[in-house]
Amino acid sequence: MDTIIFWTIQLLLVPFLSPLFIGLVRKIKAKFQNRAGASVVQPYRDLWKLLHKDEVISTDASWIFKFAPYLIFAVMIIVGASIPLVTVVFSNNFLSDLLVIVYLMALSTFFLALAGIDVGSAFGGFGSSREMTVAALTEGGLIFSLLAVALAAHSTNLFKITAAISSLSLYSFAPVVLAFLAFVLALLAETARFPFDNPATHLELTMIHEAMILEYSGKRLALIEWAAASKFLIFLALGANLFFPWGIAITMGWLSIGIALGLLILKVTFISSFVAILESSIAKYRFFRLPDLLFISFILSLIAISLII
Amino acid sequence: MFSSSLAQFFFFSSLIALIIGALGSLWLRKNDHAANLWGNTFSMVGAITGLIASVTVLLFGATFSYSSGSSLSLLTLSFNIDKLAAFFIFIITLISLCASIYALGYVKHYYKQYSLGALGFFYNLFIAGMILVVSASNTFFFLIVWEIMSLASYFLVIFEHKEKDNIKAGSLYFIMTHIGTAFIMCAFLLLYQATGSFDFLVIKGQLGNVSPLIKNIIFILSLLGFGTKAGIIPVHIWLPKAHPASPSHVSALMSGVMIKTGVYMFIRIFIDLMPNVPLWWGIIIIIIGSISALLGVLYALTEHDIKKLLAYHSIENIGIILLGLGSSLVFLALDMKSLAMLGLVAALFHTLNHAIFKALLFLGAGSVILKMKTRNIEAYGGIIKYMPQTAFFFLIGSIAISALPPFNGFFSEWITFQTLFSGIRSLDVSVQWIFLLAAGALAFTGGLAAACFVKAFGTTFLARPRSEAVRQTKEVSLSLRIGMAILAVLTLLIGLFSGAVTAILLSVIANLNPFYHVNGVVLSNLSSVSLQDGFAAVSVPTIFISLVLAMVMIFFIVHRLTRDRTITKAATWDCGTQLGSRMEITATGFARSIITIFSGILKPTKQTGIEYHDVAMRYVPKPMSVKLEIEDVYGTYFYQPIIKVVTKISEQMKKIQSGSVNIYVLYLFISLMILLVFLVI
Repeated sequence: MDTIIFWTIQLLLVPFLSPLFIGLVRKIKAKFQNRAGASVVQPYRDLWKLLHKDEVISTDASWIFKFAPYLIFAVMIIVGASIPLVTVVFSNNFLSDLLVIVYLMALSTFFLALAGIDVGSAFGGFGSSREMTVAALTEGGLIFSLLAVALAAHSTNLFKITAAISSLSLYSFAPVVLAFLAFVLALLAETARFPFDNPATHLELTMIHEAMILEYSGKRLALIEWAAASKFLIFLALGANLFFPWGIAITMGWLSIGIALGLLILKVTFISSFVAILESSIAKYRFFRLPDLLFISFILSLIAISLII
Repeated sequence: MFSSSLAQFFFFSSLIALIIGALGSLWLRKNDHAANLWGNTFSMVGAITGLIASVTVLLFGATFSYSSGSSLSLLTLSFNIDKLAAFFIFIITLISLCASIYALGYVKHYYKQYSLGALGFFYNLFIAGMILVVSASNTFFFLIVWEIMSLASYFLVIFEHKEKDNIKAGSLYFIMTHIGTAFIMCAFLLLYQATGSFDFLVIKGQLGNVSPLIKNIIFILSLLGFGTKAGIIPVHIWLPKAHPASPSHVSALMSGVMIKTGVYMFIRIFIDLMPNVPLWWGIIIIIIGSISALLGVLYALTEHDIKKLLAYHSIENIGIILLGLGSSLVFLALDMKSLAMLGLVAALFHTLNHAIFKALLFLGAGSVILKMKTRNIEAYGGIIKYMPQTAFFFLIGSIAISALPPFNGFFSEWITFQTLFSGIRSLDVSVQWIFLLAAGALAFTGGLAAACFVKAFGTTFLARPRSEAVRQTKEVSLSLRIGMAILAVLTLLIGLFSGAVTAILLSVIANLNPFYHVNGVVLSNLSSVSLQDGFAAVSVPTIFISLVLAMVMIFFIVHRLTRDRTITKAATWDCGTQLGSRMEITATGFARSIITIFSGILKPTKQTGIEYHDVAMRYVPKPMSVKLEIEDVYGTYFYQPIIKVVTKISEQMKKIQSGSVNIYVLYLFISLMILLVFLVI
């Protein structure tokens, strides 16, 4: 019975908690801008509102445009259920492989980019072009930063990585920090954050993610927004649990799971506050400076790996 | 024993069917329709019988060899179908079958324009040539069938001979393939000199005593020779020109299958025949593989000719195959045989996968070209609404080639990654770095391939039509769709049953010389594949099932929640202007940012200087046209210098060529004297 409950937590934690952290980042940014800002639960209300709105679909759209939100959201649900969140006991899971996770998310990016082109607006196409450019260049840094901890843990299974890193001595921890820095750069790129993308704008020449989803409305927009929020939380949780996994429940028990959940929320709050502060303190980079950052991410992971092997 | 003779029977009936198909279509050349039916029916029969033969060998271990002498003393017609050869015959006949079904409808647009008899003749000969290449067991015989394959494909490249470009592409192919053959001949002659035999089986036994220097020379010669056919960079230049020129079903065979004969010979010579390979062979192959993979996909991004784009992706995928093969050689050199098996599984799996999805993509591209009469992606747009099924098949191919789950491309990329990771984990520092950089190259290649196929699929099939021709387009006929559908289903099935396929591949590899009695490092069952030391595990069926389940559940929940909501159809938001096709992104525009980022490698031409109508104000620039293309790096820095040297040597040689018969008789006399002197000594 307990196992079922823990499985339900594992499955539903990401989708149900994710809008909260989007709200949190917005709130912190508002404070930096001397605004009161909307409540942190506003993203939940937005999703609810969007689900109750009528939808407008372009006459140019094909089934790709209509199908993509379901696939993208499904990917985020699956990935959210396959990463270490509060416990490492679900390690006999074939979906928790590092490459499976990375390529599943690439599948969602692929369809999002196609949906961006599908409606034939000038914005969507350019958004897709930029998204795929950034995504292609992020892949190296993302896989390698995760590979660094995988090599330290002798497994590419994310749950096993978490378990192994949490028992790593502090002495051998330096490369993990380097890999984490590389991962943060990949996180910012993948979740469309500063300095890669501006999540707050519409209709600017610089935007990437928002440009692709411009034609979406109603329930499909809700799914896309929710998937984006989930992706943000997935990356935050990966950063928290793969690189700093202390406190995650090794055994199945109400107390340890409760503590782990509290710690996870704490760690994720910390990283998302960092993202919010970063967004408030730096400007967005020019598009052609982004590759430099992404190559830095790749090089940092290379150094981390060379220290580990 | 019975299954062996069964396999042998089907193997030879396959060859006979192909030869009947070839000769019959030539005989029926006066009647286009009859020649088409005859040629493609017999190639289908040949493909099916070949498939049965290869499956019998693969599943029941019914290997067989057959040898018959000929009136020429050096030439023996000897075949040796072991499991490796059977695996390649399987790929060849599988793709040939789909291509032939497709061709039945596809070649109809050549009626009254080109000779269908010639097409059927060379097409059947080409397939037979490929089957013979992988089954020949005698170097002399091999060279003959290699030449049959090359020449037949040359004539298929120049089949649409009314277009000047095709003739040029054909000539380039003709020259490059024969330079390659020259290297192969040298390699084989050296093998003969070292072992005293033309027979692969005898060579295999004798090679242990050959000096390392000779072996190294043979390695370099065969790397260049077979590499030319496989299309590795920098001897790839014929590939993006020749593959697009041929009819699309032949492109599918050339790109999907023919270049793999190069890979087959790499495996046969470097792994099966050669004992004790030195370490640097594998390293060289990994480096070549990384470069080919990365540059192949970058060049593909710059293309807006859809078939050239696909051809460049073949170079990329050959690179990925070589990553697995090279790692395998490195592991062999270090006597880590079970890891070497893993590398070879990766290489063979990707060989199979690439054949299937590349053939699918070429057939899809062929259908579009058939209707649109142009290969330029910029003239397409919105075809998904007019050719929905073709679009669907092409989409599946695109997902598979971008290595995205749950299709087959993902699995072979996964196992290639695991091979490289194993190298990183278990080798010492000097070699480790090669594997690390190769894994990096593979990661970037995967991302760039996805970007390239968003571009290819998006600008071809999505958004609004960019030319009037699109609006007149209709879905292609049934035989074309069946050809594509079989391949599309296979991309999914091979992905889902990757565990079973891995098991078969392990049995293929276990039959190769270095791998007798070696335990594999992969555990595979029907649903999952995992590394023996527990480093990684994957199950493609689980991915597929959870994706489908999650999507279905989300769909029903969302629809239940929003059942009262209406959906309005309206035009895309147009910023208050008229939405034209010029507002959509083009293929050139899509790839422009990546090209700019990699401008150091790709060297795109730039628009420099703007002229203004009003020089003082600089508001109204004069119209200017820009041709976006990339510099021909290989022509300028690799081939031109070689051509210069060859020309110079020829100039010098001219001096002894006077044209007078007496002088030539003198030359003959002098060389005879020299030879006699040598003989006496």
